[in-house]
Amino acid sequence: MGKLIDMVRQKFPEAVLSSHEDFGDETVTVQKERIVEIMKWLRDNEETAFNMLMDFTAVDYLGKEPRFEVVYHLYSVTLNHRFRVKAGVEEKDPTINSVVPLWRAADWLEREVWDLYGIVFMGHPNLKRILLYEEFEGHPLRKDYPINKRQPLIGPDN
Amino acid sequence: MGIGTDRKSIETALSESVILTQVDKVIGWGRKYSFFLYPFITACCGMEFMSVAGPRYDIDRFGAALPRFSPRQADLLIVVGTISHKQAPILTKVYNQMTEPKWVFAYGACVVSGGMYDNYSTVQGIDTILPVDIYVPGCPPRPEMVFEGLMKLQDVVQQERAAKWPRGEAPYKKRSLEKP
Repeated sequence: MGKLIDMVRQKFPEAVLSSHEDFGDETVTVQKERIVEIMKWLRDNEETAFNMLMDFTAVDYLGKEPRFEVVYHLYSVTLNHRFRVKAGVEEKDPTINSVVPLWRAADWLEREVWDLYGIVFMGHPNLKRILLYEEFEGHPLRKDYPINKRQPLIGPDN
Repeated sequence: MGIGTDRKSIETALSESVILTQVDKVIGWGRKYSFFLYPFITACCGMEFMSVAGPRYDIDRFGAALPRFSPRQADLLIVVGTISHKQAPILTKVYNQMTEPKWVFAYGACVVSGGMYDNYSTVQGIDTILPVDIYVPGCPPRPEMVFEGLMKLQDVVQQERAAKWPRGEAPYKKRSLEKP
């Protein structure tokens, strides 16, 4: 098992739900309630030192439970290693705590995920749409958003 | 030899010094060789537009050399690249700011029809929001296609009558989608 996965499992034995290292990418899935705590430890611990949030996104597994999964890609500039953390988010309560206090880079990334998937980030300082216009209704990257549905600001309906 | 009332005798009498034509034709001839472009560039077609405008293909050969980055000084709106629904009100505003007479050139597949983007974000052809005079498809179009389109537009402009202008504002206004 990968070294980073071992360290996280040792530190948070009950919070890690699953892990894998397919294709050499170490990945853990954790409980969403503990996400900020785990992320803060990953950033501040000297052996992990993930001082950079490279990417943050979400996946819609329509029909599965939990429906959404948020994905954090971490990178350590000092130690030159990478880590992926996932957390499931249910459809009926699509919320998770924001990691903006840990990495400023999360600000726009979380706004993008809110905009396109409708996942709410608790504690985000400015959670509003970033790509689409304010008048847009719904979240178009959800798999149940109709592919032909248009919401034009000007012109005919379609 | 007196000057007759019919056109032929006037031309015969003054053949060395006078050319007879129609005002519309002269104006059309002047307009078609002096387009002032407003390049509204949003996406990858812009790379090909640089090639069109640059020295190798050289749009200047057709009298359309000078891009004006103010719509008030331009008469040919070249829409280059995907137009999203968020962008559409801006494009309409630019069109409305241009002085008459003005023409619209749809450059590339996305502008013509939405191209491969059949989704929530993309306008399915700018002719849904603006009057379009010439369509040049391609992803992106070759410069040769653009010049073919430009020459076709020049033919149109040559044959236009003064009564066509002014054309007026774009047919749609930005709607309010505010929730009740």
